[in-house]
Amino acid sequence: MSLVRVDHVSFGYTANRRILDDVSLEIAQGDTIGLVGESGSGKTTLLRLLLGLARPDSGTITFDGRPLDPRNGAFMRDFRRQAQVVYQDPYSSLDPRQTIQSIIAEPLRSLKIPGDHQKQVGDALEAVGLDRDVGTRFPHQFSGGQRQRIAIARAIVPGPRLLLADEAVSALDLTTRIRIVDLLAGLSKTMSLLFVSHDIGVVAALCRRIVILEKGRIVEAGDTAAVLANPQHPYTQRLLASVPRLTLNEVSS
Amino acid sequence: MSTATMTAPTEKKSHSLALKAGLLLVGIHIFMGLLTLVWLPYDPTAMAGGRLEGPSLLHLLGTDRLGRDLFTQMMIGSRIALIVGIGAVAIGAVIGVTLGLLAAFASKWLDDALAATLDILIAFPTLLIAMLVVAASDTANLWSAIIALGIALSAIVARLTRILAKRVLVMDYITAARTSGSSWPKIVAIHILPNIWPTLSVNFALQFGLAVIAEASLSYLGLGAPPPNASWGRILQEAQGTVYTAPLGAIAPGIALVSLAIGVNLLADGLRDTIDPTRRAR
Ligand SMILES: Nc1ncnc2c1ncn2[C@@H]1O[C@H](COP(=O)(O)OP(=O)(O)OP(=O)(O)O)[C@@H](O)[C@H]1O
Ligand SMILES: [Mg+2]
Repeated sequence: MSLVRVDHVSFGYTANRRILDDVSLEIAQGDTIGLVGESGSGKTTLLRLLLGLARPDSGTITFDGRPLDPRNGAFMRDFRRQAQVVYQDPYSSLDPRQTIQSIIAEPLRSLKIPGDHQKQVGDALEAVGLDRDVGTRFPHQFSGGQRQRIAIARAIVPGPRLLLADEAVSALDLTTRIRIVDLLAGLSKTMSLLFVSHDIGVVAALCRRIVILEKGRIVEAGDTAAVLANPQHPYTQRLLASVPRLTLNEVSS
Repeated sequence: MSTATMTAPTEKKSHSLALKAGLLLVGIHIFMGLLTLVWLPYDPTAMAGGRLEGPSLLHLLGTDRLGRDLFTQMMIGSRIALIVGIGAVAIGAVIGVTLGLLAAFASKWLDDALAATLDILIAFPTLLIAMLVVAASDTANLWSAIIALGIALSAIVARLTRILAKRVLVMDYITAARTSGSSWPKIVAIHILPNIWPTLSVNFALQFGLAVIAEASLSYLGLGAPPPNASWGRILQEAQGTVYTAPLGAIAPGIALVSLAIGVNLLADGLRDTIDPTRRAR
C-alpha cells in the first residue's frame, strides 16, 4: 500500500514560472526512493510540498490515504509525527543557541508526544551512534558528520514512517558520507525513505527505486539497478555519463 | 568524540576584563543613584556653602555659583541618567522589536512600506525628534523626554530587528522547527529572539548611551527639569558661565556621561560574551 501519493502536481513560487510540472510519484510503505536531478530542478521544492510547507497550484498529495492539507490542524499534528526531514547543511539546520537535548526534544514537545522525553532523546542519540550524555552540549561543539547525526536523531525521535533527506550527505567528506549513508540504510529498514541527491553513486548504494527530475518534470522512474543499467531518457544518460567513476566504486565497495 | 571547548586564554581574559570594568563603572552610577533615594549629602536646592568653592572634604566637588553642593547634584544626575537610559531603551525595545518582527513576517508589500517608513524616521536626528516632542508638551517633564527618546530609538531598533530576524528566518532550523510542529509564536520565542538577542543587546547598550547623551543635550538646551531633579546636562549648562573659575562644574558631568555610556557598552559586550554559548566555547 502506498504511504504517499503525489498526483499530477504542479507548482510555482510565482505565477509566471513553473518549478514543478505535472509531477506524479508514489512512495510505498517501507520503500527507499532516490530523487535525482541537477541543481535547480525542483527537488527541494517537491520536498516542501510533501511536508505541507507549501501547497500545490494543481494536483493532489495524499498521505496514508488522507489529503495533505496544511490548514487541517488535527491532521497536520499526526502528519508531522509521521513525516520528518533531514537537511543538507548541518550548520544551518541546528539552532546554535539550543542544547542538543532541547533540539532533539523539540518535536516531542511541540507534537505533545507523551513519555519521558529525556529517555527518548537518549535512545535517539544512541540510534544514530552518539553518546547518550551529549545532550547538554551545543551544536558548535560537534563536527559536520556528528551534527548530521544529531539532525537525524531529531528526525527519528517522534517515530516517523517517512523520512525525507534533502542532500543529507552532500556537505560531508567522503568517509563521513559513507558512514551517514550506512546509518540511513539501517534506518530505511524500519521506515520509508525519500533520499534527494545529485549523487547517483550514493543513490545506487541506498535506494531500491530511483526518480529522475529534470526542470520540474519527472523524466524517468523505476528500479534503480534497471534504470542505471539501461537509462532510457537522454537526460538520465547525460547524468550517468557525468558521474565520477570514483564515487561509484567507493560506495559499492 | 572531540570536544573543542577550550577558549583562547587571552581572549577569555579580555572578555572578563571588559565585564569587570563595565560592572565597576555602571555599579558606581547605580550605587549613587540608589543612594539618593535614601540619603543625600546636602539639600540639592539650598545653599550649602560659599559660592564657587573648590573641592574640599566638606564638598568633594566644590559648590556652584549659587553655593549648592556639586557632588549632591552629580549623584542625582546618576539617578536621572539611569532612569532616562533604562526608560528610553525599554520603550524603544518593546516598540522596536515588535515592529521589526512584524515587518520580518509581513507580506512583501507591507514589509517594504514599513522599511521605507523606518528609513525616513531614522533620517531625522534623535535629538531633533525629542526636542519637538518636549517643546510641544508645556512642562519640561522628564517623562516626555524619555517617551520621545524611546520612540525615536524604536525606529532604529525596528530596522535592526527586521534585518536580524530575516536572516534567522531563512535558516534550516526554522524550517525544522515548523516540521517539528512548533507554532510561529513558539518559533519566535525559542529560536528567533535568542538568536537575534546577542546583537540586539549590544545595540541596546549603544542606544542607552545615546539616550542619556540626548537627554543631557535637551537639558543643556534648557529643555530639562530644574533641581532637585536636574540631569548632568543641566549642571553643565549652569556651569558654563563660570567654566574658567570653577571648571569642575563642566568636567564632572562630562566624565559622568562618558563613564556611564562606556560602562554600559562594556557591560553589554562582556555579558554577551559570557552568556552566549556560541562565543563562550569558541
Ligand atoms: N523561495 C523561493 N522563491 C522563489 N523561487 C524559488 C524559491 N526556492 C527555490 N526557488 C526556485 O525554484 C527552482 C527550484 O529550486 P529547488 O530549491 O527546488 O531546486 P533543487 O533541485 O533543490 O536544487 P539544489 O540541488 O541546488 O538544491 C530554482 O530555480 C529556484 O531558483
Ligand atoms: Mg535543494
